[in-house]
Amino acid sequence: EIHIKEPIEKEVNPRLLPGELLLCEASTVYKYIQEDGSNRGTYGKLVCTNFKIAFLDDDSASDDNEPQFKNKIVGENDITLQCVDQIYGVYDEKKKLLTGQLRKYPEKLIIYCKDLRVFHFCLRYTKEEEVKRIVSGIVHHSQTPKLLKRLFLFSYASAAPNNTDGRNQTVMFDTLEDWRDELERTKGNVKYKAVTTNEGYRVSEKLPLYFVVPICVSEESILKYEGRGIPIWCWSCHNGAALLKMSAFPKEQDDITSQTQKAFLDGIYKTISKPPYELLKMDDLSSSLPSLQDIQIAYTRFKQLFLIDNSTDFWATDVKWFSLLESTNWLEIIRRVLKKAIEVAECLERQHTNVLLIEESATDLCCVISSLVQVMMDSYSRTKSGFQSLIQKEWVIGGHGFLDRCNHLHKSDKEEAPVFLLLLNCVWQLVQQYPPAFEFTETYLTVLSDSLYVPIFSTFFFNSQHQKDTNMSGESLKTQSAPFRFLTVWDWSVQFDPKAQAFLNNPLYAEKPKLDKSQRKTARFKHQRQLSLPLTQTKSSTKRGFFREETDHLIKNILGKRIGKFINSSDEPPNSFREFYDSWHSKPVDYHGLLLPRIDGPEIKVWAQRYLRWIPEAQLHGGGTIATAAKILDLMEEVQSLQVKMDEEHSQAVSGDVHSVPMLRNSARLSSLFPFALLQRQSIKPALPTSTWKDLEDEDDLVKRDDEFVDLSGDM
Amino acid sequence: MASSSTPKYNSNSLESSSSKRTLKDGTNWEQNEEIPRLPGETRVTDKDVIYMCPFNGPVKGRVYITNYRLYLRSVENDPVVVLNVPLGVISRIEKMGGASSRGENSYGLDITCKDMRNLRFALKQEGHSRRDIFEVLTKYAFPQSHNLLIFAFANEEKFSENGWMVYNPMSEYRRQGLPNERWRVTFINEHYGLCDTYPSLLVVPYNATDDDLKKVAAFRSRNRIPVLSWIHPETQAVIMRCSQPLVGMSGKRNKDDERYLDIIREANGQISKLTIYDARPNVNAVANKATGGGYEGEDAYPNAELFFLDIHNIHVMRESLKKLKDIVYPNVEESHWLSSLESTHWLEHIKLVLTGAIQVADKVSSGRSSVLVHCSDGWDRTAQLTSLAMLMLDSYYRTIEGFEVLVQKEWISFGHKFASRIGHGDKNHADADRSPIFLQFIDCVWQMSKQFPTAFEFNEQFLITILDHLYSCRFGTFLYNSESLREKEKVTEKTLSLWSLINSEKSKYTNPFYTKELNRALYPVASMRHLELWVNYYIRWNPRIRQQQPNPVEQRYMELLALRDDYIRRLEELQITNNSKISNSSASSASPSQMMSQVQTHF
Repeated sequence: EIHIKEPIEKEVNPRLLPGELLLCEASTVYKYIQEDGSNRGTYGKLVCTNFKIAFLDDDSASDDNEPQFKNKIVGENDITLQCVDQIYGVYDEKKKLLTGQLRKYPEKLIIYCKDLRVFHFCLRYTKEEEVKRIVSGIVHHSQTPKLLKRLFLFSYASAAPNNTDGRNQTVMFDTLEDWRDELERTKGNVKYKAVTTNEGYRVSEKLPLYFVVPICVSEESILKYEGRGIPIWCWSCHNGAALLKMSAFPKEQDDITSQTQKAFLDGIYKTISKPPYELLKMDDLSSSLPSLQDIQIAYTRFKQLFLIDNSTDFWATDVKWFSLLESTNWLEIIRRVLKKAIEVAECLERQHTNVLLIEESATDLCCVISSLVQVMMDSYSRTKSGFQSLIQKEWVIGGHGFLDRCNHLHKSDKEEAPVFLLLLNCVWQLVQQYPPAFEFTETYLTVLSDSLYVPIFSTFFFNSQHQKDTNMSGESLKTQSAPFRFLTVWDWSVQFDPKAQAFLNNPLYAEKPKLDKSQRKTARFKHQRQLSLPLTQTKSSTKRGFFREETDHLIKNILGKRIGKFINSSDEPPNSFREFYDSWHSKPVDYHGLLLPRIDGPEIKVWAQRYLRWIPEAQLHGGGTIATAAKILDLMEEVQSLQVKMDEEHSQAVSGDVHSVPMLRNSARLSSLFPFALLQRQSIKPALPTSTWKDLEDEDDLVKRDDEFVDLSGDM
Repeated sequence: MASSSTPKYNSNSLESSSSKRTLKDGTNWEQNEEIPRLPGETRVTDKDVIYMCPFNGPVKGRVYITNYRLYLRSVENDPVVVLNVPLGVISRIEKMGGASSRGENSYGLDITCKDMRNLRFALKQEGHSRRDIFEVLTKYAFPQSHNLLIFAFANEEKFSENGWMVYNPMSEYRRQGLPNERWRVTFINEHYGLCDTYPSLLVVPYNATDDDLKKVAAFRSRNRIPVLSWIHPETQAVIMRCSQPLVGMSGKRNKDDERYLDIIREANGQISKLTIYDARPNVNAVANKATGGGYEGEDAYPNAELFFLDIHNIHVMRESLKKLKDIVYPNVEESHWLSSLESTHWLEHIKLVLTGAIQVADKVSSGRSSVLVHCSDGWDRTAQLTSLAMLMLDSYYRTIEGFEVLVQKEWISFGHKFASRIGHGDKNHADADRSPIFLQFIDCVWQMSKQFPTAFEFNEQFLITILDHLYSCRFGTFLYNSESLREKEKVTEKTLSLWSLINSEKSKYTNPFYTKELNRALYPVASMRHLELWVNYYIRWNPRIRQQQPNPVEQRYMELLALRDDYIRRLEELQITNNSKISNSSASSASPSQMMSQVQTHF
């Protein structure tokens, strides 16, 4: 596709995707450059389609300044309808939230996005008619309830050419084979089996077509309560202990029903507590972790701190930044979730017990904890395809209600909760604490979080596999059209060209050394030893005896009951968690082994790339982590070109397919906001706080003193 | 073997000991090469104690005291616990528990250190064991209070580099292009006659005579007249430093001072106003009038603009650090970490200092106006502001040697009262003169290096080493309050410079990511969004919070560097063999593809 530039032509038209329709537009809209309140900006056209809101710059001559990192689907000035968080109108300098029908039309429009961008549009110079149309159009299409079938996903799928082969290395878990392979990979196949009981969704519409249960669980019992009360397998640890999840029974008024349910559960527990199954520990996540509502409230407060209107706002909130952060409770929730995941890992790893996570639907916090545990314990989940497969397994096929939790259809605010974002925030903590352990970068996590709002992929736009399957067929009843072929978000080439995709790969990743077969046996042994490091810890002479006794005693206790143990119940050694945590942290890190996050206060950080990336005041010219990353990439490029040279010298010209390394010439001057915001401050004026803190209430006497009290007047 | 285990919590001690064997009875430690000793370090005493480690619980061990350090080694080997503490870091020694006190390990010594930790030793109640060790420690930790020499004067170490040669004021001014037709070097203070807290060599406006300077000195607190710290190579705007004017309650004026400031203003050839930054909060500057000080009033200095930078005094900073220690030692405040951190105000102070320095630097670099910086005496906040502004403006100061020059010049030679602020060898732990002003400066530098990880030639270890030896008394670098006193005590002849240690082992302190960039102003963002607590310094004794050493990003970079160099070497070899047309490629042909896969795996 060749674009011929016609500078005289004033008319700019939006670039539309297949199936995308222009709904309304307004011209001579003035978009402010979010900078210093200087009211600088550009004129252009504001349009709304069935996919996005877009601002089209009148002089779009900026083509020559092609950014290095560009999303092919969502441009710099595009906001997908699902990405709109809140819209405010400004009337006489006053901000008002816009939701439904409007009587008066604002002179300024502020759009806050879920990816934390903030757009300010001035409508003062736009024709009144156009203002009415664009404002009500934007509000209507982005803020009012929608039918599932009206999602752009469907228009796109029916209009876009079916050229996706869809197969990449990600395991989709939509076939029985995928589950069997996963069982085999984790050596879980001795005690667990993949079942077809739910074919045709006979058991439940919430459960996937195929899933894994303990071998001893009968089809009959799976069918009995629509899959409730059935332990569903997530993952098996190298030592055989397994991570399971279970959907709990709702609280019953009826005594008889609850009695039978209890008897049913007891039966289940009994069967899976007999050898060969390990001891079983249970964790009711709905009581041991914050509620979805708490999580939603915390995140709403937290993200508000980053949706900044102007410089004054930025510096005003800077004064009490730490207490503001703390009052949102978001970081504390991350800490608690990470802590819970460590507890579960300790049970699996050190105590060799199965862990059963319980939650009402087993599709929210269960997904967070089970994914985190796998990221921490299974280095495969730290590769890109492994992580993607994990998201497929636990979330997409696992039945996390993305549609409701993201409130994509604006049906009900009550269902909304950033559960998946919580996982990404937790994984980010691990990524920044252990950079060499992950094949992907924080940029990967950031663009993954952005993809939650791009409705051309089916991945995050259904509540369950059943919902997707039943909506697969084309135009209802009448025509017998071919089923939709949705794209998966894991096909990154849809959003990014190879050059940009390179930023998703971590140059620091220390890949697991591949060993040939003769070495494999010893290697596995070694690997397991590394995994079980904490076990070998308590070696010291006197201590050992003491702890031995205690654990023996404990095991006897547990053997007596065998079931019904809760994690952290009272008869657990109180410092068992601390000991596990401390002893792991006192050893050198094995990036391919068990990975425990550090969770002390100073270690839990704000995901700066995601949350600060659009804020010009927070920009460091030539600084930030990108500065060192760029140096590494440059050096890799140099090494690569040396390789090529060397091959040439050998005149064996076949250089194989050389993977692309991002080109970052002059990288020293990159902004810390790279690769996201392309805000280039014209002047290199430093950012100066406009409001500083001055009060030191409690230290008044000290404040008033001088450094050294010497009466100088006498010297005169 | 059990004895080969390495120390588990060898908490980042000053000198890393690589001891392999363990002491069994410790009776004859003169012959025991495992206890590290510097040339000139002599033994004093040793004793069995219980070290009350806040992280591992009580540790039985033996403590060795020399004229330089306190060294403890645990009796048990798993894990080996080692403490290696220069006596200089000790701020206070207290006895805990009395002869009658019961309870296990409640009788002993409690030692407060200047480097964010406390040490507790439990001792046996019988005999005079505690009295003896208390007296010995007090004597050697506080030699100044006992008419003893500070260890730096006994240190007989040898280094390949001589750190005293690092700073030569004349060559530093020449580097800046001085003297020139507008600025001259004066020797008026050669014997510290004009100002006993200033260096002997000063740079002043060409148009001001030595007589003028004497008159100005009478109007500036402690005679600390405005002198040049740095000149912008392009705009010719300068950073001047001084103390407050002696305005007093009656609002005195001094024609010479007024004229002198005008000469400074004119010296850069621009007709803009002279900008005066008073580091203090406005109210404090006003309050200073009561004791004869004050600030430059509008009436007396119509060609100057005055701004207050709201940086608090040394007492506020001391209290702030005390609060910080409370929340990080021994345990990190868990439940409300962020609000606890905020309540110490430590990072807010850092933010204000950085904000002030950014303003100074920005004014000089883009505002094209000369700047005069002062606080009350011009040796604490002023030194912070001028040195940080210079670090932002002049990339030379971001090199290892350049930074040493900066510290030597703006801090040591211009009379930051290190002896009073740190209290080297002095037992008055509650002295109101003590304050972590220099630590705060180093913290600001760390914040900058964190924000710009490729802009500094030195690494974090460099900054930590400087802070460790700020207290250790092993070197003469930070001893005494002024250049005149150091000269009198013959510090450069009788002691070693810290820069000798560092420059002899430069690679240890070098940042591999350093990218040389000339003439680029480096402005940090003084926002709480970017400021962080320096965990690797303030919480380094806590084994739970330790950062990964070495830094994996750095490690990977070093690996790549080695790989590149290897390629370049082999490529050269190849070219030579190819040129000589010897077709012997079969032997070496396998290697490049092997190397290839090694690199590719990471993409």
